[in-house]
Formats: sequence, C-alpha cells, structure tokens
Amino acid sequence: MITVKKLVKRFGLKTVLRGLDFEVQEGEFVALLGPNGAGKTTFLRILATLSRPSFGEVRVAGHRLPAEAAAVRSNLGVVSHLPLLYGDLTAEENLQFYGRMYGVFELRKRIDEILELVGLTSRRRDLVRTFSRGMQQRLAIGRAILPNPEVLLFDEPHTGLDQDACDMLDGLLREVAGKGRTVVMTSHDLARVEDLASRFDVLSRGIISASSKRNEMGKNNLLDFYRKALAAAV
Amino acid sequence: MNNIQEIAEHKPTPGFFSAVGAIIWKDLSAELRSRELLSAMLVFALLVVLIFNFALELDAGTRRVATPGILWATFAFAGTLGLNRSMAVEKDRGCLDGLLLAPVDRSAIYFGKTISNLAFMLIVEAVVLPIYSVLYNTNLFNPGLIVVILLGSVGYVAVGTLLSSMAVQTRTRDVLLPILLFPVVIPILIAAVKASSGFLQGLALTDVMPYINLLIVYDVIFIAAAYMVFDFVVEE
Amino acid sequence: MKPQPVALKVLNVVSVLLFLAALGMVFLYAPLEETMNYVQKIFYFHVANAWVGMLGFIAAAVAGVVYLVKHDQKWDIIELAAVEISLIFFITTIITGSIWARPVWNTWWTWDTRLTTATILEMIYIAYLLLRQGIEDPDRRARFGAVYTIIGAISVPITFLSIRIVSRTIHPVVIGATNGTATGSFNMAPQMLFTMFFALFTFSAIFVTLFWHRIRLGQLAQQVEQLKLEEF
Repeated sequence: MITVKKLVKRFGLKTVLRGLDFEVQEGEFVALLGPNGAGKTTFLRILATLSRPSFGEVRVAGHRLPAEAAAVRSNLGVVSHLPLLYGDLTAEENLQFYGRMYGVFELRKRIDEILELVGLTSRRRDLVRTFSRGMQQRLAIGRAILPNPEVLLFDEPHTGLDQDACDMLDGLLREVAGKGRTVVMTSHDLARVEDLASRFDVLSRGIISASSKRNEMGKNNLLDFYRKALAAAV
Repeated sequence: MNNIQEIAEHKPTPGFFSAVGAIIWKDLSAELRSRELLSAMLVFALLVVLIFNFALELDAGTRRVATPGILWATFAFAGTLGLNRSMAVEKDRGCLDGLLLAPVDRSAIYFGKTISNLAFMLIVEAVVLPIYSVLYNTNLFNPGLIVVILLGSVGYVAVGTLLSSMAVQTRTRDVLLPILLFPVVIPILIAAVKASSGFLQGLALTDVMPYINLLIVYDVIFIAAAYMVFDFVVEE
Repeated sequence: MKPQPVALKVLNVVSVLLFLAALGMVFLYAPLEETMNYVQKIFYFHVANAWVGMLGFIAAAVAGVVYLVKHDQKWDIIELAAVEISLIFFITTIITGSIWARPVWNTWWTWDTRLTTATILEMIYIAYLLLRQGIEDPDRRARFGAVYTIIGAISVPITFLSIRIVSRTIHPVVIGATNGTATGSFNMAPQMLFTMFFALFTFSAIFVTLFWHRIRLGQLAQQVEQLKLEEF
C-alpha cells in the first residue's frame, strides 16, 4: 500500500531523511517511533503529499509522488496534532466543508454516520471553538475518514490530550484503523502505541533503523527493542 | 474490507467550481457568525476617514479634490487588515494543510480565497461609501465610480491574496503584508484614483477610459500571474 | 575556499582601468555643454548607473523564473546578487539625478515618471529583503523570493506606464524623440555620444565583475552554512 525507496529530503543544505526505505502492506498499522527531530513529521508530510521528496521513490495507494499527488489525496486521511478545523464553524459545517472539498457522495448521510462514530452527535451544532482538545481531535479523526480513505496517517495525535481523552481517542483510532485500512502513526510515546500498532518501526538519523512485528516481539519488550534500535543507529 | 476498496475504486473528485464554491461558503458562513474580520475592517476604515478629516481639514474645496484619494487610501489600508485576518484563520489550526490535502487543484484554493476576500472588501466599501456621502454631503452614487471600485478591488485582492498567503508563512507575519503589497499595487491606486475623480467630476468617458483600461490590464495580468505562481507559495 | 578564477582577476583590473578611462573621457574628451556647463558631466555616469540597475532588474527576474522551474539554490544566490546590485545602482542613479536636477530643474526632487518608478522599485527591493529576512527555511526563502521578484518585475513596467499616463514628464529623453516639455535636454555632440556609450560599456563590465563577486560571496556563505551543519 505504501512503498518508499531511498527517500532523501533536504531543507536547503540540511538533510533530514537520508535514503529511507519503508514498506507497508495493506491493512497494517505501523507505529513510527523515534526521538523528537528524527524526521518523523517530515516523513509523514511527504507521504501526505504536503512536502515534496528531494530524491527517491514514493508510492502511496499505487500512485507515485509527487507526480500523482492528486490521486493519492482522494484516498488519504490525515490527523495531525493540529485539528485542521475551523473554530468559527460548527462540527457539522466543518464536515460539510471538507465533504464538499472531497466530493463525498451522499454527504448528509455520511456526516450523520461520522458524528455518531466519533460521539459528537449531540454537539453537532456547536462551534468547534468551544470544543475541548479531546473533542476537537475526535472530530479531526471524523474529518480524516470522511471520504472513506484506504490510507490513514496520524502525526502525534495524542499531543495535548489528558489521560481520559487519550483512552477515548485510542478506542476511536482502533475502530477506524480496522476495516482493512492501512495506518501509519508517528509517536514518541511508546506506552501509547504499544497496544494499537501491529508493527513498530524506528526512525532515527534519517532512516528506518529497525522494524519489528508485534507478534514477533514478546510482551513488554517494546522499550527494549526501541533502545536497541536507537543505540544501533548511532 | 471489500467494502472500502469498492468505494475507493470509484473515488469521486470534486469539480473545480464546487471546490471554489465550498471555500467561499466556508469563509462567508464563518464570517457571518463571528463578524470579527468585517467589523475590524469597518471600524478601521471609518477611523482612517476620521484621521483624514483632521489631517487634511476637509472643507468643501479640499474635499472635491481629495475624496477619491481618501477613499482609495481607506480601502487599501482596511484591505490589508482583512487579507491578513483571512489568511491567519487558515494558518491557525493548520487549516491550510487541510485545504492542501483535499484532492482539488491548488488554483481552486487561490480563487476561493480571492473571491471571499473580494466579497469582504466589497462589503466594507458598500458601507463606507454611503457613510462618507452622508458625512461630507457628497453624492458618491455614481455607476462609473462603482465600476472603478469593482475593478480596483479585484486587482487588489488578486495580488493581496497571493502575498498574504506568503506573509502568514513568515516569522514577521502580519507586519509584512502592507510592505509587500503596497509597492506592487501602486498602479491600481494611481489608475483608480484618477478614474474615480474623473467620474466624480463628470468628465467625458473618453477621458476616463485610459485608466479603466489600465485597471483591466492590471487585473488580467495579475490574476494570471498569481494563478501560475500560487503553487509555489503553498507547496513545500 | 577556492581562489578567484583568473578571468575574474582580469575583470577586476579591466574594470578599474575602464573606469579610469571613462572618468578621463568625461572630463577631458567630452566637450563642455553650453547651458549646463560642468553639471552636465554627471549625466554620463547617471545614465550608466541606471543601465546597470536595469541589468540587475532583468537578471533578477530571469533568475526568479529559472529558480521556480529548476529548484536549484544556485539561482536563488544569483537572484539575490542581482537584486542587491540593482538596489545600489538605482540608489546612486537617484542621487546623481538629484545632484543634476538641483541646478537644472531648480529642485532636488520631482514626482516625475522615472524618478517615482525608480523609488517604487527600491521599495520593492527593500520589501524583498525584509521578506527573505523573515524566513528561516532556505528552500521556502528561495521560493518566496522568486515569486516576489516575478510579481515585482511585472508590476514595475505597469507602474511606469500608469504614472506616464497620469503625468507629463519633464525628464529629458536621451534616446528617441525629445518631447516639448522636457527640461534640461540638449543636443549631443558626437564626442558626447561616444563618451556616453563608453560609460555604458564600462559600467556593464563593472556590473559583470560585481555580479560575479557577489555570486561567489553567496556561494561561500552557503559553504559556511554547510560546514556549520556538519559539525552536528
């Protein structure tokens, strides 16, 4: 579903990604781990078509980037630590707007479904400005899955949420990640992703330095694995 | 799983005009609710008129000469306020990324934002004109003047929207916009002031036409130029 | 750091020699103008300065377009070099013009087409530099710089045109028909014409030399930045 070969990304003279290889099968839920500044967000922005690769091959959902970015976009849902929602619009209006930007079919029905799923039906006519962080983030997930994308990208979705909100979000993430969707999620919080992902990749010094499937790793070994991966990358 | 794939195969993409329409609808409904942008522009515009009143001691004689200049200076100053605010809204909660993630042509985003900004600009102008007429007992309801205001505003927001989407992505943000914008919209101000005063003084149409033509040329050239370079402003 | 290439070293010497020769021609070879006397002498360098400013303006616009097509930092360095040179030479053009205008037009400044357009162009350049200053990411800085250069390059001729429609100029026209309202125009003796073209040629050489030096400086600055990054 996602294939990345020898990806290099430079900002001016600074090289952030140095020949990164990455592959995700359909239906996998990959947690992309790594310290701050390792290039996780940069990598995700490239997959999300928001940033152009400097060199290398990137394919998402069968389409090459950046050449076929438009085809990728219609099949992609993105949740970042910013909600990408308009504060002066209601929850419903936000979904209406994005639905129109994606040309979603039977939008009214779809919005009802989404609001039900993210548990915001009772707040549908309230301004997003008045929502708590947790509610905004749930609506952001609703926004991301609105066009029913095959690929979901989550960039540190737990940032700024309290414990309860995180737990609620996890439930929702699990729910939308099922149904055969392919998910890549970045995080620096191991405990958060431990139960969510089916595979763990470590991004360090601009490459994927280690990768392990969950079923190949014993319980509670994630921290061990992560430390070794970072040590190996130096 | 099959379910998703089936839908994915027939992914619809919205048409250009429906995306433009969605952006305009979004901007106008958000503004109708908060009225933050329009009220700030309007109050500021009226304050500028007030300042000119004292700065130029607008008696009947001065007014006749100065009115077009005052109007356009007011529109230009108030305009930057609106342009800044309109782009800041997109930047605040990462909404610009949200727009860029949509499977629509980038120019749809540009035209959507430009038309919203134009609407705000025209609303402010539609309020300022009658107030100015009443305050100074001058009749500004002149069809020619309205055409000039329309043409001038189109060129102003065409460049302004492009430059404000650059300005919000810099460290200096809102202070930068007028500095970037004013030196390149000077042709509009020159032509619009001349054409406005021509119409207000009742000159023959042939005397005003060169300025109208200039405005049209400016509008066409800059809409085309902004359309071509907008991709480079929003895409990394 | 690489030493200056031989061609550049030659250009350095040639530029200085040409400049001395041009100075000599202006004061010793070109005849004295009847009504304006020595004041007219500034005209040769005034025109040449404006010419270099123009060259820089065009070079910047071209570099901006090429950058957007190729996304190569090299063109960003060229664009910035061209803008800076054009900025300085238009300032000297405005200053030499004022020195000339004081005795001839009896004023330092008038809102004439060329004067106003040159001033607005300077404002665009300053805005360009401020824009660059506000951006950390070199890639974005280059993109925005190129976009603004192009917008500026389109607007300046329209500005010139619009001021021209509005006001009649009193600025003398050197090449082409002189209009009736120009003040301070004069018939050029062949020696004057030759001196002017020699000054234009000299300043073109100076332009190339400075441009080359400024681009080299830009490249060196880039190398310094690179070395700083590698330390981490």
